[in-house]
Amino acid sequence: MHIHSIPIQTARRAFATLALATLSVCAQAQTEIQWWHSMTAVNGEWVNDLAREFNASQKDYKIVPTFKGSYDESMTAAVAAFRSGNAPHILQVFEVGTATMMASKNAIVPVGQVMKDAGQKFDPSAYVPAVAGYYTAPSGQMLSFPFNSSTTVFYYNKDAFKAAGLNPDKAPATWGDVTLAAATLKASGHKCPISIAWQGWTQLESFSAWHNVEFASKQNGLAGMDARLKMNSPLHVRHIENLANMAKQGLFVYKGRGNVPEASFVSGECAMMTTSSGFYGNVKKNAKFAYGLAPLPYYKDVPGAPQNTVIGGASLWVMAGKQPAEYQGIAKFFSFLSSPEVQSASHKRTGYLPITSAAFALTEKSGFYKENPGTDVAVNQMIRKVTDKSRGIRLGNYVQIRAIEDEELENVWAGKKSAKEALDAIVLRGDELLARFEKANAK
Amino acid sequence: MEKQVVFRSRWLPWALIAPQLLVISVFFFWPAAQALLQSAQQSDAFGTSVQWVGLENFHNLWNDASYLASFQTTAVFSLLVAGLGLGLSLLLAVFADRVVRGSGLYRTLLIWPYAVAPAVAGVLWLFLFSPSIGIVSYLLRQNGFAWDSLLNSNHAMALIVMAAVWKQISYNFLFFLAGLQSIPKSLVEAAAMDGARPWRRFWTIQFPLLSPTAFFLLVINIVYAFFDTFAIVDAATKGGPGKDTAILVYKAYFDGFKAMDLGGSAAQSVVLMVVVVALTVVQFRFVEKKVNY
Repeated sequence: MHIHSIPIQTARRAFATLALATLSVCAQAQTEIQWWHSMTAVNGEWVNDLAREFNASQKDYKIVPTFKGSYDESMTAAVAAFRSGNAPHILQVFEVGTATMMASKNAIVPVGQVMKDAGQKFDPSAYVPAVAGYYTAPSGQMLSFPFNSSTTVFYYNKDAFKAAGLNPDKAPATWGDVTLAAATLKASGHKCPISIAWQGWTQLESFSAWHNVEFASKQNGLAGMDARLKMNSPLHVRHIENLANMAKQGLFVYKGRGNVPEASFVSGECAMMTTSSGFYGNVKKNAKFAYGLAPLPYYKDVPGAPQNTVIGGASLWVMAGKQPAEYQGIAKFFSFLSSPEVQSASHKRTGYLPITSAAFALTEKSGFYKENPGTDVAVNQMIRKVTDKSRGIRLGNYVQIRAIEDEELENVWAGKKSAKEALDAIVLRGDELLARFEKANAK
Repeated sequence: MEKQVVFRSRWLPWALIAPQLLVISVFFFWPAAQALLQSAQQSDAFGTSVQWVGLENFHNLWNDASYLASFQTTAVFSLLVAGLGLGLSLLLAVFADRVVRGSGLYRTLLIWPYAVAPAVAGVLWLFLFSPSIGIVSYLLRQNGFAWDSLLNSNHAMALIVMAAVWKQISYNFLFFLAGLQSIPKSLVEAAAMDGARPWRRFWTIQFPLLSPTAFFLLVINIVYAFFDTFAIVDAATKGGPGKDTAILVYKAYFDGFKAMDLGGSAAQSVVLMVVVVALTVVQFRFVEKKVNY
């Protein structure tokens, strides 16, 4: 037995040396950059194509995109990986996680810093203000790279409108119009005139910016961690009350949390829906009826409305503790991603917003918006002069606050709480979380 | 009757329990100690800055009315899961015990759900009972029953109880069946010859002899309902409507793994651990007295 093992060992050793040699040759030739993302289906292909294009455009760096589950799952995975020293180089984080990432100063490197160190040209003013402002620290430094940004828009089923005797070419512009249209649809036998996806994001957060009222103090959290919720104002109460009445009359049908309700629009069950502009790709591919996109409805009598809607989607964060050469590669990749051509192509492909003004101009020039009516709705809602109340919402413990919004709104739809009671409860419970976040992250 | 075994050697008993002690230390005592440690800390998501906050995490829990309300939700849920789970699987085991032909097939089919992950079980039941797309909810509505697990708390609770029970029935069934088969046939046959009907034979002979199994399963099922069901809740209801199906372990899971508040989540785990230890002690002190070994 002893005699046999020697040649085997030698062979093993030789093989290991060979494997090591091959590895180091690869490492010398190309620096690998790990990119963890949460894009599925059509959007997953988009991410892979971006990496492939960049890898083909140069020889020094190789971007390796890896799907790590939904937004919250990939963030949890990155936290675990960071704690054990295996964090990826680039992590895609949803807007809800932004305040958490910003507070983790030792875990991340600001994108502005990465670009400067690598000597890459980087002009924050080239980015659409409502997008760039969201990912910029109060000091003016851009912390993460805006990647897939979306906002809230209104979708409606033109065939259902026609069948109910409504004008399919005129989307309801105000909440009053929505209620009337819903009543007409219901009278003609429609079972689900309107449903709402991302209820907290569309009906409380974006609703606030759209009407130029505060969602939270301290410029909705952008100006500091000591922000507190303000979304139990008379206007908010009026809107939620209005929706509660619609629910009672069967005009608004609740279909669940997050993006779960979206399926009931694509299937034709619900005729109107407020949700993300990123839903466009799905509708375009799967809806078997004529559909229209329109700006979010608003209340006509509110001064300053409509203002602009808030950003959703995700951005790319650079993790700390990597090699200088790797940061070089990350900076090159980000420069590649911000070129107007890549930006414009991505925007047309996914329905996510163009994040630079140049990309928007390029898309407009190509005639894309004329050929695909409705695709410019999201862009027009965002490319506006923003106010301190509408720039965006960035709060600590946001994931939990979103859950609280869901819970309390469900109590309203179920008739267990009045609009005022539920909104007061969100403020009370949310403020506790904000105070805790402020305390945990004060250094 | 004295049932103790006396070892002569001093080291042999320790050596015999060493493997088990090792496993428990690695998979229970160590994580439990970690939870205790973290429950006194608050840190940012990546753990780069850690603050000692003493009992503040626990203090926050007591001040949260919805957390206290979820004790009641958990009690209702656990009682339903343990009660229905034990009752149904005992019924199935009694019937499977009597089957003569094709018993292997029945047993295999009954054991099957145990191999399904909790999250998958939650999704399966959601597909059946989702108000928009569920087949069963469609049939219910056709028959005039307004099923709405999204906004009706009782319906939502029924949904997660069904999924949790379905998932656990196999395990209970296996133990009950093994218990039933270890009861000497002669006892049951003698009773039958004395003229006892099946129902009476079950209650006076089989059930008392099953009591050690039933007691073991009661403890296991309570622990299951308290600890292992968060994935079912996450997949089926996300704790809604409102917080009406947010059982304690779901909130601990959500705060720790979705919201990344590790301190708060650890404090909840410690509370949960204390509750389950207390419940288990109560069961051993009071219920076990009725058990015949």
